[in-house]
Amino acid sequence: MLETFNFRVLWEYMPLFMKGLWATSWISLLGLAGALLTGTIACVARLTRVPFLWRLVVAYIEIVRSTPLLAQLYFFYFGLPSLGLRLSEHATGILALTLNSGAYMAEIIRAGVLSIQRGQIEAATALGMNFFQRLRHVVLPQAVGVTIPPLLGQTIVLVKDSALLSLISVFELTRASQMLASERFMPTEGFLTTALLYLFLYYILKTCSSQWQKRLIYRKAS
Amino acid sequence: MWGYYFQQLTASVPFFLKGLWMTVLVSGSSLIMGTVLGFALGVLRTSRIGPFRFLLALYVDFMRGTPFLVQVFIVFFILPEWGIHLEAFSAAVLSLTAYAAAYICEIVAGGILVVPRGQKEAARASGLTRFQVLRLVVLPQAMRVILPPLVGQYVLLVKDSSVVSVIGLTDITRVGWLTVQRVPEGLMVFGLVGVLYFAVCYPLIRLSNRLEKRMSVQAFRL
Repeated sequence: MLETFNFRVLWEYMPLFMKGLWATSWISLLGLAGALLTGTIACVARLTRVPFLWRLVVAYIEIVRSTPLLAQLYFFYFGLPSLGLRLSEHATGILALTLNSGAYMAEIIRAGVLSIQRGQIEAATALGMNFFQRLRHVVLPQAVGVTIPPLLGQTIVLVKDSALLSLISVFELTRASQMLASERFMPTEGFLTTALLYLFLYYILKTCSSQWQKRLIYRKAS
Repeated sequence: MWGYYFQQLTASVPFFLKGLWMTVLVSGSSLIMGTVLGFALGVLRTSRIGPFRFLLALYVDFMRGTPFLVQVFIVFFILPEWGIHLEAFSAAVLSLTAYAAAYICEIVAGGILVVPRGQKEAARASGLTRFQVLRLVVLPQAMRVILPPLVGQYVLLVKDSSVVSVIGLTDITRVGWLTVQRVPEGLMVFGLVGVLYFAVCYPLIRLSNRLEKRMSVQAFRL
């Protein structure tokens, strides 16, 4: 099956793959930062219970969750220019990733905040803590701990989703393998190498997630 | 100009409906096959046969750790090199099935593990065969845990089916992509694409949420 596997060409293209891995990493990182910001804002807006804001955020979350990322990506890629907005492919892609993941992050963060019992917040108020003290000493330490594993899970999804950016000709890991496939007609080498590099990122994130989960269980037990 | 494009778009609505039918067809057939395969793999994963469990864990990690786009490329471009020639439709169904089965396998295994071991032992002791234990004792109880995420997985399946448009299958996303070359109004075209996906996915999401509520109430009563 793999007797025709050409390692020499693969070696020659290694710098390209490393560049692709690097591009995928920083695109995902930017997308993650944007998604965390969007998610936090959306979550806060949803929890304030201002009717207009609340409806807007719920509509945003439901629309994002019921349409595929690829359609959203094309929506921005083909749609923004007709609004007079000319973004680069990179910016368009990161924008789509941010808005897509932001909706999922909002739900995860909301679940984390809701997991804190009301009594604790009331007790903190009774002890004379102000809003920020309650947030810093009571709500956040507990909410962050519970949300980290699902947030890392969503980050894995984000890294994988960034592969779709290759379809609007952003250079990243998947694009690198497509180049190898079209320039040297070597799809096997290219796509399998790409898959392995994605798995490398996946295992890093997965290990972080399970380590954190262990810590959570340990903390609960002690 | 805008009115003209709108007219063009309404003229191509039948084309969009054809795309919708293709999306339903592809995701429907992979949904059925993925569910059957996923249940079988999930049962095997909780079995005590070592090599099986190891291989399945490897398979699930590969499917979960690499982007679906790369998997589609592997099926569509690499399998022919090994002498397996598939047309776009079968390649799409095959990759979607393999992808969905990995996730469903995890969901099913998680559900089976919830059923207390004593019940299986009791059922075996009262003379049921292994298959009867599974069908009459384990699965009916596991279903409560399996069903809500399973429907959620179907939503993901429909959304991920948009990716197979890249190998030339004319599903909704590809119809949108083709139309936008003629009618350069990305917002309108992909707005319509989004509406069609929403019409399929949103009811499924609602169903998943409802199941989750109902199942958790039942579990509470137990």
